[in-house]
Amino acid sequence: MSLHSQSGIRASGKASQASAAGSTLARVGALAVLVALLAVPFLLYPVFLMKVLCFALFACAFNLLIGFGGLLSFGHAAFFGSAAYVTAHTVKVWGLSPELGILLGTAASAFLGILFGSIAIRRQGIYFAMITLALSQMVFFLALQLPFTHGEDGIQAVPRGVLFGVFDLNNPLAMYYTVLGVFLIGFAIIWRTVHSPFGQVLKAIRENEPRAISLGYRTERYKLMAFVLSATLAGLAGGTKAIVFQLATLTDVTWQMSGEVVLMTLLGGMGTLAGPVIGAALVVTLENYLAATSLPVPVVIGCIFVACVLVFRRGIAGEIQARFGKQSRSG
Amino acid sequence: MIGTIFGIPPQALFGQLLLGLINGSFYALLSLGLAVIFGMLNVINFAHGALYMMGAFVAWLLLTQLGIGYWWALPLAPLVVGLFGAALEKTLLSRLYKLDHLYGLLLTFGLALIVEGAFRHQYGVSGQPYPIPDALKGGQNLGFMFLPNYRGWVVVASLIVCISTWIAIEKTKLGAYLRAATENPVLVQAFGINVPRMITLTYAFGVALAGLAGVLAAPIYQVSPLMGSNLIIVVFAVVVIGGMGSILGAVLTGYGLGLLEGLTKVFYPEASNIVVFVIMAVVLMIKPAGLFGRER
Repeated sequence: MSLHSQSGIRASGKASQASAAGSTLARVGALAVLVALLAVPFLLYPVFLMKVLCFALFACAFNLLIGFGGLLSFGHAAFFGSAAYVTAHTVKVWGLSPELGILLGTAASAFLGILFGSIAIRRQGIYFAMITLALSQMVFFLALQLPFTHGEDGIQAVPRGVLFGVFDLNNPLAMYYTVLGVFLIGFAIIWRTVHSPFGQVLKAIRENEPRAISLGYRTERYKLMAFVLSATLAGLAGGTKAIVFQLATLTDVTWQMSGEVVLMTLLGGMGTLAGPVIGAALVVTLENYLAATSLPVPVVIGCIFVACVLVFRRGIAGEIQARFGKQSRSG
Repeated sequence: MIGTIFGIPPQALFGQLLLGLINGSFYALLSLGLAVIFGMLNVINFAHGALYMMGAFVAWLLLTQLGIGYWWALPLAPLVVGLFGAALEKTLLSRLYKLDHLYGLLLTFGLALIVEGAFRHQYGVSGQPYPIPDALKGGQNLGFMFLPNYRGWVVVASLIVCISTWIAIEKTKLGAYLRAATENPVLVQAFGINVPRMITLTYAFGVALAGLAGVLAAPIYQVSPLMGSNLIIVVFAVVVIGGMGSILGAVLTGYGLGLLEGLTKVFYPEASNIVVFVIMAVVLMIKPAGLFGRER
């Protein structure tokens, strides 16, 4: 609970205070971002952009749980990675179309989310983090041992296929706009959830769970729903990633991957809508840059982690909001 | 001689049980350290696995760089790790006590990445061999199985450490202060006990236990930068199963799950990696606070 009041995020009512001028500004801003997203593949390398978008959606999904539900999952790689495996397998071996493959991958993550969620929400705080971590490690070992995942090799050379039988995804631009579409759908779902009555109850639970219970909310059910939604969207990101990179590997289900998405969200700003996107873009860019140097990546990532926790807990988006006192904290 | 037990040759059965007991010794030592730290700091030390690895590496470096052998490494490596831990607590962790405990977890996660990444950068991922000390070479034929001396020593040593830690915390005056400070640090401070120093010492002691486990592990497993990271997640599951409430609970769960893992290796080897996690899920369904835990 104090996790959020400490990071300077206030849940109550501020969104409703947004002045008309502010919301117009926000709309113009959103439109500008959208235009930029449509134009950017002509300026930057599309594969890099698609990686950013996949991880941005992954981080947004994770943020739904920690930022709005106050639950720190340390095992989100399980959902991301299993969706990647299921999508890759169904597309490559069963010969399904990419949209069906992604859908099945997402459904698999949703199912896994129900399973893990109903176990993990029995505990809170640190225990919740440890339980999700342990459960995701179980998925890691399963991915290592099950025959269809091909152990250390992973599933390689997944065909990108033809979307809806019309768009050939081997064309980088078609692939990019598909990923952008998936990202926007996911982001819209999260935006809608956060601004819905359900999202308000979730924030109430985060701030004061006993009080939410006394108001008659069955908090377990809300938390489980948030968990499943978060897992599902993480799966959507993972499945899309498998199509983009034509690959599903053990890397996607490691605890390091779970840690990475925590870092993206922390760096960008927990509990803000834009934060995880900014964080994902920064971390992916940084890793691309570091890959070309001889610097050890985990050490740099670890240092950023420590620095964020010690002095930069609001993250970039949270810091901007606090500085400029933007009315609408959640978008 | 007995032919088979449940269709398993006794050699294989007892061999796996011994391996399970060895693994259990490490689970117990590590979850003991985690529980001691958690009791006092309310922090789950994610860096525990990295510090266990560091203990093994300090022993290896002492041997290869300075020619200092196992018996000196046994006290020296935990001391080095403990001092390192004390420095971490003083400079970094102590800034977070007023915040949500999750930040402690995140900070130690970052530290784990740094420590592990640094060793990996320096020494690569391949394991370095560490010889068994001369005094513990060879083994005993127990009739039903062959017991390598070193493995027997690891079990005995970890039992001694776990039991003396338990006695120190439950039966001595210092332990009483510690338990009191866990319950109510403000009141204990008011009685003139230096609680911040106690917290530092507790963290140092907890990670020194991890360092000691690292030295004990060095001759059995190879000394590798990755040796801690997978182990720590199993230990987290052990801690969830046992519940953080009691020191004894952490130790017993550690040994018990090690043995159970060994048994799984005999009867259904494919599941041996995940059996601890499955048990965790089952325990959470039946008793969410853990076997020895209290609801908080």
